Amino acid sequence: METFDYTTPYPRWEEGMKSTHKILVPDMLPWHFSIISEIMKMEGYDVEVLKNDSRQVIDEGLKHVHNDTCFPCLCVVGQYIDALKSGKYDLNKTALLITQSGGGCRASNYVSLIRKAIYAEFPQVPVVSLNFSGLEKSSSLKLPFSLVLKLAFAIFYGDSLMWCYNQTKPYEKVAGQADAARDDCVKFILEAFGRGGYRNYKKINGRIISAFAAVQRSSAEKIRVGIVGEIYVKYARLGNNHLEEFLVKEGCEPVVPALMDFVLYCIINVVNDKKLYGIKSGHPHIFAFVYRLLHGIQKKIIKQFVREGTFTPIHDFSHLRACADKVINQGVKMGEGWLIPAEMAALAETGVPNIVCAQPFGCLPNHIAGKGVIRTLKKLYADENIVAVDYDPSATKVNQENRIKLMLASAAENKKGRG
Amino acid sequence: MAMLLGVDVGSTTVKVAVYDESLNLIHKSYVRHFSRVNRTVVESLKRVAEKFGGEYRVSITGSAGLGLSQRSGLNFVQEVQAAFIAIRKFYPDADCAVELGGEDAKIIFLTGGAEQRMNGSCAGGTGAFIDQMATLLNLTVTEMDEYALKAEKIYPIASRCGVFAKSDVQPLLNQGADKADIAASIFQAVVDQTLSGLAQGRRIKGKVLFLGGPLHFLKGLRKAFTQTLELSPENAVFPDDAPCFMAMGAALNSVSEKPRDINEIIEKIQSVDSGDEIVYSQPLFKDKEEYAEFVRRHRATDLRFADIAGYCGDCYLGVDSGSTTTKLMLITPDCRILYSHYQSNNGQPLDVIIDKLKEIYALGGGRLKIRAAAVTGYGEDLIKSAIKADFGVVETVAHFRAATHFNPNVDFIIDIGGQDIKCFKIKNGAIDSIMLNEACSSGCGSFIQTFARAMGMEIDKFSQEGLFAKHPVELGSRCTVFMNSAVKQAQKEGAGIDDISAGLSSSIVKNAIYKVIRAKSADELGENIVVQGGTFLNDAVLRSFELETGKQVIRPGIAGLMGAFGAALYAKEKIGDKPSTVLDAQRLENFSYVSRSSTCRGCTSNCHINVITFADGTKYVSGNKCERGAGLKPAASDLDIYAYKQKRLSSCVRPVQSYKAKVGLPLQLGMYDQLPLWAEFFTQLGFQPVLSEKSSRKLYFRGQHTVASDTACYPAKLMHGHIESLLDKGVDFIFLPCESYNIDEHCSVNHYNCPVVAYYPELLKANNERLSADNFIMPYIDLNMESNAVGKLYASLKKYGVKKSEVSRAFKKGMAALEAYHADVRAKGEEILKTAALENKQAIVLAGRPYHLDEEINHGINKLLTSLNLAVLSEDSVYEKGDMVKVNVLNQWTYQARLYRAADFVAKHGGVQLVQLVSFGCGIDAITADEVRAIMEKHGKLYTQIKIDEINNLGVVKIRLRSMLAAIGED
Repeated sequence: METFDYTTPYPRWEEGMKSTHKILVPDMLPWHFSIISEIMKMEGYDVEVLKNDSRQVIDEGLKHVHNDTCFPCLCVVGQYIDALKSGKYDLNKTALLITQSGGGCRASNYVSLIRKAIYAEFPQVPVVSLNFSGLEKSSSLKLPFSLVLKLAFAIFYGDSLMWCYNQTKPYEKVAGQADAARDDCVKFILEAFGRGGYRNYKKINGRIISAFAAVQRSSAEKIRVGIVGEIYVKYARLGNNHLEEFLVKEGCEPVVPALMDFVLYCIINVVNDKKLYGIKSGHPHIFAFVYRLLHGIQKKIIKQFVREGTFTPIHDFSHLRACADKVINQGVKMGEGWLIPAEMAALAETGVPNIVCAQPFGCLPNHIAGKGVIRTLKKLYADENIVAVDYDPSATKVNQENRIKLMLASAAENKKGRG
Repeated sequence: MAMLLGVDVGSTTVKVAVYDESLNLIHKSYVRHFSRVNRTVVESLKRVAEKFGGEYRVSITGSAGLGLSQRSGLNFVQEVQAAFIAIRKFYPDADCAVELGGEDAKIIFLTGGAEQRMNGSCAGGTGAFIDQMATLLNLTVTEMDEYALKAEKIYPIASRCGVFAKSDVQPLLNQGADKADIAASIFQAVVDQTLSGLAQGRRIKGKVLFLGGPLHFLKGLRKAFTQTLELSPENAVFPDDAPCFMAMGAALNSVSEKPRDINEIIEKIQSVDSGDEIVYSQPLFKDKEEYAEFVRRHRATDLRFADIAGYCGDCYLGVDSGSTTTKLMLITPDCRILYSHYQSNNGQPLDVIIDKLKEIYALGGGRLKIRAAAVTGYGEDLIKSAIKADFGVVETVAHFRAATHFNPNVDFIIDIGGQDIKCFKIKNGAIDSIMLNEACSSGCGSFIQTFARAMGMEIDKFSQEGLFAKHPVELGSRCTVFMNSAVKQAQKEGAGIDDISAGLSSSIVKNAIYKVIRAKSADELGENIVVQGGTFLNDAVLRSFELETGKQVIRPGIAGLMGAFGAALYAKEKIGDKPSTVLDAQRLENFSYVSRSSTCRGCTSNCHINVITFADGTKYVSGNKCERGAGLKPAASDLDIYAYKQKRLSSCVRPVQSYKAKVGLPLQLGMYDQLPLWAEFFTQLGFQPVLSEKSSRKLYFRGQHTVASDTACYPAKLMHGHIESLLDKGVDFIFLPCESYNIDEHCSVNHYNCPVVAYYPELLKANNERLSADNFIMPYIDLNMESNAVGKLYASLKKYGVKKSEVSRAFKKGMAALEAYHADVRAKGEEILKTAALENKQAIVLAGRPYHLDEEINHGINKLLTSLNLAVLSEDSVYEKGDMVKVNVLNQWTYQARLYRAADFVAKHGGVQLVQLVSFGCGIDAITADEVRAIMEKHGKLYTQIKIDEINNLGVVKIRLRSMLAAIGED
């Protein structure tokens, strides 16, 4: 059988470009990327996290991707194009980096969609995939194991930072102290990566906790609001109209589950698939090993939180899996799949029944694992108070905020009812 | 103690309520704000100040109140919460409340687990939607309400969004359906939307409270709600205070607020400046001179006139019966205009045309001889049979003819009419590719008009306002419902009418360029661009287009009449020496017609049809999906693979003697491909397979209350009805497996199902309270892993006493049956191709997903194709003839991989064309569509896509298909 090649030739990433090219990264995970980008720099990658955030960004996205493509893709393309047009970068020496999961969701196609969008105007700029599923072999970033390990630790530290900051910021007595603690921690973390000793997570994590614990906090009682959903709009400011800041302004404490949970989710899905369908290919035992390793660290970090006592600890991933089992089968693995209901259930079980389920407009997996499970969750947890918010270039902020306010009003009502 | 004040600022109105110290309601007001929010609030409060003066504890509520409260520093209470407070005080025994506002819809469940819900961002418009529909019917809202009460029947109208509904209503109007019935159908659509979009699986029962303006003022809407919910009169409560209910709740919520002097409150609101959230763009014109030059340039392309009062001789008539407007043009043989007419058809295009034709004959005073007449547009068939015109011509062809008159070298035409945006590229003197807007971005043109009218302005004045706007606002370009919202927001932020007018013009242009044409840059459009359509008569739109593309274009003076002009030219060219059949003055005098609607009983589709009988006894039937409705013999289906597959699938289920149990197989989504497998599997095991009812609108409504996400695709939403139907049939259990992976057909990198097909059983289980682990079996299986799959199936079924070895054997037989089915489909495809080639017929590969076989989903497009004398194939019948392909995107879904190979086959072979069917909301097809297009264009073939949803509007589809045929020279 013949194969007809319909692909448009596109520039590929070559290892040599590491020394010549600047690598632009979209602002997906503000908490983690601020650390990760610095680590990459230490390894010789000239990485820059894009911070452009104007309406222009969204407009460029609208122009360059299909109307029905998911919002995250649109935001990312918009940031890239806006940046490339800014004149700040040497177009012959710039590459664009994007992660790719390889699941059954559309997100696996972001690389191709971005490449198509970029190629039209910037045919010389390579789009590089960062994935661990063996995709895009001809244009992906191949990281040495040592760097992958560093990234894993960076995610743990980014999570702790985010977790402590969100529990501190709404309560800080002197404005700016939480931010100062964060800056101090980032500095410390990066030093650890620079001089070695980054693997000493007990020390680093302990330091993060104590830095935030030292911030003077009021004892005001605030509504805690969980943020779950599609990975991009859950974390990215550009994607969710600065949701965390909005919640803080509304007098709430945002509770944003850890990124490591998503990593563990992706890893365990490979193991699950083998069990569920008896699939022999791949290397599930390796995944199982990595899973145990990371989960082991997570459990120890949780212990640190518990021992220190100031902050509620991050979720234990095995608890999340148990939560998922109450709501949906762990076979639902496309997009953020079962992780969303798991997080919503775990939040409810840890005193955070008020939840914003952020999703791109028309997100396919979210039909099932987001909106589709709300009814089940409400049956399980009487207080569960979820608002599903669609993010879209044309949805107005007022519309979104009004819905979140409704959820907050119900939250206050429920609280009164209990008190 | 101070009094309590509640201010509810909605999207269209301002409501105020005042309570005195002992909680007596002493004042309430309800005023439309026409987007002058601050001023209206201040005026309303001044009345309070005059009447009572004094101090108040105040809260603001409402969708437009949020910004106001944020900037004035006054307390805000979310409107649903406000309603909640008021309900608990005044109607403590209510079980549920439904509130419709200008743009929002809400449901509050009070008993059995309190819950408050609001519509999502896309269900846009309830009150605003009703307004828009009334404008479309050329009625005031009150008149529409009166009409609705006289209705006799309900038409199905897409309820999901205003834009969609409009696409359903317009054809009804064109067909001459009774306004009363349409009005009632619109209200029913609002009810359906509220129940499916909001209630989502929770039944509304007990004592129900109806709140908000529309439900207070519109009796027809009330009736629709009460009837649909089957509420007894004492359980359907319509409070007298309904419009001000939220304001009352807000007032009651203020008890703990700080008392403030009323003048202080007014001052705080007055001091609110316009916000910083609007994005502005550049003015359209620098100054008057620049505008004057622009006008001069465009005036050069006006046609010459001839005086009909003195003219004697031959002439040609063109009629364009469009979706919202009717256009006529009478030209001399040398293309001078004798007569032209452009008017909104007010839902009665036939009356308008007859009337104008009479006028033409009167003006001509017997000196005119209409040598030929042609009709184009939505109403083509009806008008053609009414006035006995010589020709019908596809819109796109008519427009092309007209454009060549102004520039023989034209290579790009864009037409923005009231409802549709059409663009086509011209290559080698023929239409090369056609782009029509999707339903989702339709109605842009008429949106300006509707909006201008809502502002109390004529469209001309409104567009003039925009020309010299200093800061045009950015309003988005996705669809009019969103634009509507953006406009409202801009107004709240204080943008002026001029800025909005200019902003709207640019939004429409951007929608056309980036969404319909999907151009990456202006250079793609072409060198010789002709713009036309009524919307381009608006100079602001024309200017926006030139600015956005950076090109000077031709806009003929008759931009709004190009369809009619093109039809007249067409008639002139085609008639030759033949005499014209068009009604002459005398026959026209005797013209009359009777319109009657009924339900066709030709098949199980039960189409609503409309029969117009003309005075001479000829009939015109519309609304029918196939020829049966028109009383004709249906086209032979032996060259229609869709018909074949439907029959072949239903033959998979046969009676089983003394069965163990009845297993329900919902024929939707993945089951459309795997039915042969599961039917055979269960039959072999001694179960009686039972198929769900055939899909229909009615079936959809039956399951609508369990739909969790109203933006999912229609096939998925229909699945809910199939489940209900099986439960009602009394099956012992329903079987629907979850499959992350589809069968590996070895033509893609991976072989996933899409997330919806893969996991929909989870959603069904979670949202249908009738389903349980007992009666709903949904194992996770991978058909490629036989022993694992057998194990799973055995575990699910062993309680029925089956042995594992039996399951294994049955599974093998099932897989064999599935292969046999696929082989049969391919063989039939081969046969159709051969026959078509032999009979010299074009074959169309109607390519989509297996479930597009469903007649309720494809709306009978296959039959439409056969009626156009075409052979119909499907992607699964031909894909193996295509080469393996490497595409630009990750090729990782089984069904989509078939699509690419089918496209490859079509692209490389003569006599076959491809039409891609895409379900609205299908995220995957947002990716595949561009790839399939690229495959087709690589080999110089035309790409045609049809988006389908619950919308049942074959008219648009027909135009699209005929345009395609015209482009390949077959129409």
